[in-house]
Amino acid sequence: MMERTYVTKVRFNRAALWSKKAPILGSLDIELTERCNNNCIHCYINKPRNHKPSLARELSAQDIGEVLREAVSLGCLSVGFTGGEPLLREDFEDLYLLSRRLGLKVRLITNATLITPRLTDIFSRVPPLEKVAITLYGTDTNSYEAISGRRGSYKAAIQGIQRLLDNKIPFIIKGTAFSSNATKIRTFEKRARMESWIDGDPAYVISLNLRARRDSESKNERIRTLRLSPGGQYGILSRNKGAFEKDMRRLFSRFSKPRGDRLFDCDPGLGNAALDSYGHLQACLLLRHPETTYALRTGNLRDAMQNFFPELRGRRAKNPAFLARCGRCFLSDLCDQCPAKSWMETGDLDTPIEYYCRVSHSIARKLGLLLARENAWEVPDLKKRIKTFVEGEK
Amino acid sequence: MDPKADLNAVYIPSDDIVAREIEGELIIVPIGSGIGDMETELYTLNETGQAIWRRLDGKTDLKSIIASLSEEFRAQPTEIEKDIMGLIEELLKRRMLIDSGKP
Repeated sequence: MMERTYVTKVRFNRAALWSKKAPILGSLDIELTERCNNNCIHCYINKPRNHKPSLARELSAQDIGEVLREAVSLGCLSVGFTGGEPLLREDFEDLYLLSRRLGLKVRLITNATLITPRLTDIFSRVPPLEKVAITLYGTDTNSYEAISGRRGSYKAAIQGIQRLLDNKIPFIIKGTAFSSNATKIRTFEKRARMESWIDGDPAYVISLNLRARRDSESKNERIRTLRLSPGGQYGILSRNKGAFEKDMRRLFSRFSKPRGDRLFDCDPGLGNAALDSYGHLQACLLLRHPETTYALRTGNLRDAMQNFFPELRGRRAKNPAFLARCGRCFLSDLCDQCPAKSWMETGDLDTPIEYYCRVSHSIARKLGLLLARENAWEVPDLKKRIKTFVEGEK
Repeated sequence: MDPKADLNAVYIPSDDIVAREIEGELIIVPIGSGIGDMETELYTLNETGQAIWRRLDGKTDLKSIIASLSEEFRAQPTEIEKDIMGLIEELLKRRMLIDSGKP
């Protein structure tokens, strides 16, 4: 017994914590409800505040408590509460305090409009240990409510943010870039800094998802019109051009080869999972194709993590168009194409999505990785092309 | 002034933390405010710390824990005592441990 440093402060990430073996479930996202008090024009999942069919099907506090306890027994350290608007749940405080008492850190993703003095008092006494993530769509009533679709919502959001500030509860702001506001991003950031809301710049959603339940073609039509053009996405990504290009060189220096017939370019369900508000366990919050979700009401987390998701990770793409394009493309790190988004856009898991393809090709051309009109799956001497790009500044 | 450990005292984990054993690591998660620095920090105990922590059962005083560890690790009680006092005082300072008040 020679050591003298007994207690070590560690940052919460998998690499720092697990010197030997990581738990089979480290982090769990729970969509407490799909209902929301806002009616954002671009939202991929929301239902009206008092939507009865949703209310009737939602997991009860007891159901969620059982899931949390099993998650903890599997080593889970972090739970994310999202929605819809998770603070619409009347039992949110109970679920929050249960999570913290079980030894979980809590990530809350909210529009901040329902943050009450009572809630900030609870957060002051029992801190979430993660920054509250707040979605904010503008810095004035008109711009915000043109997106949120609800009068009074901007004032309520700012009041919620002020309550967090007053109680020194850490939070981050997440903005969304639309075709209509892309040119106002710098104004948004300047205003957010002036108001002392954030330490650095806000994070942005720049690639809008279509409806996750494939439940409204009219809403999808509207979301398509709100999406940034490929040039618009590049404009936001490259606001700090030098840093962006440096990041891209670093990213491509790690490129090895196109994905081939691997359906997933990530590791779905490896250490993480997401639960929808009705009891379906997903590998991530977006992946909702019925064949990829696990019915937790009739199963258990351990079975899902040990048996169901590993099978998913091994799946292969079959669509000839996917194999001919995505399977041979070297831009997967620039592209949002994935089975979850393929499902939202096309109804299956492996159909190339033209919008994402256009965006990634546009960025690659601006970086000099592709020639005009060249397809990324048809580049001759790919290794040389990437090497030239990576070494571009040497 | 930093708190001092008492060899005759029985210490127990504070209600302000939850200690969790996950895949061989003993991780202390702050619950009440003021334990960590917010954000993303947790705490782990080294092997010595873990061996001591597991004996903080609310019944055993530090003297008995020293005797037990001395036997298990075949080490001199004086050496064990240094480790025990170091850990307990660190945990008391961080409000992760309290004196149970039991004799």
